[in-house]
Amino acid sequence: METNLYWGQFKRSFAIVKKNVRIYYSKGPVIIFGLLVPFFLFLSFYIGRNMPAEALVPGLLGMTAFFTATSVGPAIVPWEARARTLERLISSPISIWTIFLGDVLSSFFFGALVSVFPVIFGLFIGVRIADPLILGLGIVLATFCFACFSILLSAYPPTDSPASVMMLSSMIKFPLVFISGIFIPIEELPAWGKTISSISPLTYFTDWQDIPYKAIVIIQLSLT
Amino acid sequence: MTTENAVEVSNLTKHFGEVVAVDHISFQVKKGELFGFLGPNAAGKTTTIRMLTGVIKPDEGTASILSYDILREGLKTKQLMGIVPEMANAYVDLSAWNNLMLIGELYGVPKRQRQERASKLLKEFGLYERRKNLVKGFSRGMKQKLLLCMALINEPQILFLDEPTSGLDVESQRLIKDMIREFNKNGKTVFLTTHNMEEANQLCDRIAIINHGKIATIDSPERLRLRSSGLQSIEVSFDRAVSVDELSKVHGVKEAKKTGDKIRLYVDEPGVVLDKLVDFARSKRVKIISINTLGPTLEDVFLKLVKES
Ligand SMILES: Nc1ncnc2c1ncn2[C@@H]1O[C@H](COP(=O)(O)OP(=O)(O)OP(=O)(O)O)[C@@H](O)[C@H]1O
Ligand SMILES: [Mg+2]
Repeated sequence: METNLYWGQFKRSFAIVKKNVRIYYSKGPVIIFGLLVPFFLFLSFYIGRNMPAEALVPGLLGMTAFFTATSVGPAIVPWEARARTLERLISSPISIWTIFLGDVLSSFFFGALVSVFPVIFGLFIGVRIADPLILGLGIVLATFCFACFSILLSAYPPTDSPASVMMLSSMIKFPLVFISGIFIPIEELPAWGKTISSISPLTYFTDWQDIPYKAIVIIQLSLT
Repeated sequence: MTTENAVEVSNLTKHFGEVVAVDHISFQVKKGELFGFLGPNAAGKTTTIRMLTGVIKPDEGTASILSYDILREGLKTKQLMGIVPEMANAYVDLSAWNNLMLIGELYGVPKRQRQERASKLLKEFGLYERRKNLVKGFSRGMKQKLLLCMALINEPQILFLDEPTSGLDVESQRLIKDMIREFNKNGKTVFLTTHNMEEANQLCDRIAIINHGKIATIDSPERLRLRSSGLQSIEVSFDRAVSVDELSKVHGVKEAKKTGDKIRLYVDEPGVVLDKLVDFARSKRVKIISINTLGPTLEDVFLKLVKES
């Protein structure tokens, strides 16, 4: 009975995912904050600097995963409160955790899906991946964490204004990008920066990528 | 706890800051009953329904639905309910069909059944041809009908409807009322709120009258009507000032009251009094400018009932 209950709720969370995919993936603010903003932020940072491709791709991937996986989730609940669909959802036989799980999963799928593009871009410009398995696992773990993180961000303060949630979560997201070792290596941060960077979920993904990507750099270097 | 009651509510209370929206109400709804919650705006009808359907938590009191406690066994009670909330919407970015599929899935209805029921319901409500259209393009009446389809897709044992016909044209109102009766015919329970006396009268087995968060009385429509007779009135205005005292002496008038430039006459039989009024005007050589007969307003009935109790 108990396991039936959990399994049933788990299945129902996929109904929520389906709905979210159909409705929210193509919403303007999701596209803007999830795709365009990180892309241009990235461009503006790297243009004009002479960076090797190997250093470029992990940063791009980290940014993409982080921004896309955190762009869908926070907007869903306020959006539904405003559109007056949330009430119907809450009065359905699903627990609040089922709704959250559905929202986390839809953020996660969005992040994981879009993260494939920087990887392909990397392959295209000739960056080789030492261990695709570790990279894949890293992307999955990271985007899932980012998705959970974004739902946490959106839970407080409760609001029915998607725009203000987007603004608030961006105010937290942008600074995180700068202390997570994407633009500035963590070793170069002051002591307080290092401390803060250790609570940023993005730091760990940047670290993780050292394995699949840097490994290949080292191998290449030793060959030449 | 008896099993013949579909809804049992005791001392249910909800505050919003200073406002006591629902104030220690208790009542029972029998299985198979069509039960109406009638009250003016801000009476606490929606707040009651939202507590019973698990959207908000009561501050005090308990309630059970089909013997399940709404707080401790929320998922079980919700599984048995169909709900048409007052201000809720279907997803406007989804088609009518996908809205139904979503709700069906949330209630764990297997795919085949989901599809069969959705087709049947959409046909009954005349929405089948539009099933692939986004709800964005639906009229208010169509949206309301779709909400009712969404409430019925899980074949509920009890249906909660919050002002299901407000703002709809006569034809749509009739269709929805017919569907509610049809649902109730199979021995299933209906709980509906309205501020329309006539609607409650046409549909309900029993009506609870609620105002300022308190239940004034619960009775059958017929008995309520008997208790509120004498609240019919005629509103009349003349081209010259006429003494209210003289008017109150016209045969059949129980009470006369000046309201602005009109005079309101409380009567038992408006038809009889109308004739007498015309005679009265002739004998006084005044002209009747306007004349209206008015049924009891909800407020009238309510005030009377509160005074009685
Ligand atoms: N979410 C809320 N926050 C604050 N006050 C609320 C809230 N919901 C209801 N109220 C207050 O509770 C009281 C009862 O409201 P409720 O919506 O239950 O009335 P109602 O009987 O459904 O009225 P109507 O016929 O207008 O729908 C009102 O005074 C309202 O202002
Ligand atoms: Mg209401």
